[in-house]
Amino acid sequence: MKIDKELIKRVANNARLNLTDKEIEEFIPQFKDILNVFSKISEVNTDNVKVSIHPIEIKNSMREDIPEKCITQEDALKNTKHKKDGYFKGPAAI
Amino acid sequence: MSSKDVLKECKNINKEYNYFNTIASDAKEGSGKLKSYYISVKDCICVKDMETTSGSEILKGYKPIFNATIIDKIIKEGGSIIGKTTQDEFGFGSFNVNTKNIPKNPFDKTRTCGGSSGGAAGITQKASFKHIAIAESTGGSIACPASFCGIIGFTPTYGLVSRYGLLDYANSLDKIGIMAKNINDIELMFNIIKGHDKKDSTSLNLELNKDTKIKKIGVIKETLNVDPEIKDLILSKLDNYELVSLPSVEKYSLATYYILAMAEASTNLAKYCGMRYGMHEELKGNFNEYFSKVRSNFFGKEAKRRIILGTFTRMAGYRNAYYLKAAKVRTLIINEYKKAFKKYDLLVSPTMPIIAPKFSEIDKLTPLENYMMDIMTVGPNLAGLPHISLNVGFKDKMPVGIMFIADHLNDNKLIEVGKKWEM
Repeated sequence: MKIDKELIKRVANNARLNLTDKEIEEFIPQFKDILNVFSKISEVNTDNVKVSIHPIEIKNSMREDIPEKCITQEDALKNTKHKKDGYFKGPAAI
Repeated sequence: MSSKDVLKECKNINKEYNYFNTIASDAKEGSGKLKSYYISVKDCICVKDMETTSGSEILKGYKPIFNATIIDKIIKEGGSIIGKTTQDEFGFGSFNVNTKNIPKNPFDKTRTCGGSSGGAAGITQKASFKHIAIAESTGGSIACPASFCGIIGFTPTYGLVSRYGLLDYANSLDKIGIMAKNINDIELMFNIIKGHDKKDSTSLNLELNKDTKIKKIGVIKETLNVDPEIKDLILSKLDNYELVSLPSVEKYSLATYYILAMAEASTNLAKYCGMRYGMHEELKGNFNEYFSKVRSNFFGKEAKRRIILGTFTRMAGYRNAYYLKAAKVRTLIINEYKKAFKKYDLLVSPTMPIIAPKFSEIDKLTPLENYMMDIMTVGPNLAGLPHISLNVGFKDKMPVGIMFIADHLNDNKLIEVGKKWEM
């Protein structure tokens, strides 16, 4: 697989990051190095092996779908600078 | 010592060593099992109205409107919260240099405390008052700094301690744990913070194994390929042991860990976009432009590196080869440990392959060389196994740690070994 400027830009764009040319140049050899080690797992035979999403069996915690006490609107908006009329104010969607 | 004096001491230590991102303005003493104890909390755990940044610039100014479950439990038992300890940004690091506020080793200020819970380990070693630190480990962030700072670092079985109110790094790996100078304080705090929490969907509702007898210890053969002085220190402190080989753990745990941790981190960090908390920018451009601007301006370099690599390993075309493959190899690694625990009560290795390096040495390491330092600790973390790092002695006047690993839910065997260690 070719790790180049174009690939890193594409992935960064998916992850909503703008990278400078200097950052990309720095990342290229580092990512080659890291992905080379990551690829080592390809030699493991995993036929009929199940995935472990968690390290120990977890039973999901469910509850009845009944409204419970939740945070107030005022509290929810406490940490934002962008709010209007009791709502979060975001950037233009279109 | 009065709480005023305790906070004064924290401020004085902080001027020299950078162990806190925030120090409480006052610390109220309560009543209960933690009366007269002062508790520091890693900066990735929410304490109501106390700035919580997880060591990241993107969360500057964020003051949670609620306590993490464990903080409520600590306060209920009379513990006084003294502040938020320094860490690598979102836990991304082994040397606590991936953040603005870099803690210095209590034994030598030119060296690292270890990471990512560096500040927690440093203050645990330095504090003259009764203190317990709440820390967090994803791939070794409790054991590593505990080893480098010469204190006890205890990481419980995955899911035993509620993660509600923890700023996630990687949900399937994150575990809240404890640092202290003596094992009784570890046991005291563990009994307070463990337990099922319906607010955390990955919280275990299982009992701990009550049998704490330690009959057989296995030293992991592959981990002895370290500095001979560290190896000799480890082996000299063990009476009876056998060597046990864990080849898959040795060969594949590092790659498996980093693939899964980065994949999970990249999804967790998607929520930081300058909308609801933390740093904001002027609302300009469309939403993609705005989110990208905030994230590019305020995430540090290591966070960007992990977001990109984590996004890559989950992308169409690469997902099967990296993310899903790693999740399968994880199963094989867990099975290898489980097989060993059929024969041994505890497994042993050095906690870290080296003593705390100097900052000047860390500067020369590539990112991959940084990741390689976690070779001893990623295995038990990947498998969600409880582990404890204890001080085994000193090399070049710097502490060396020994790590004991137990099977799931056998955490009390580690407490037991800690008690024997102090005898």
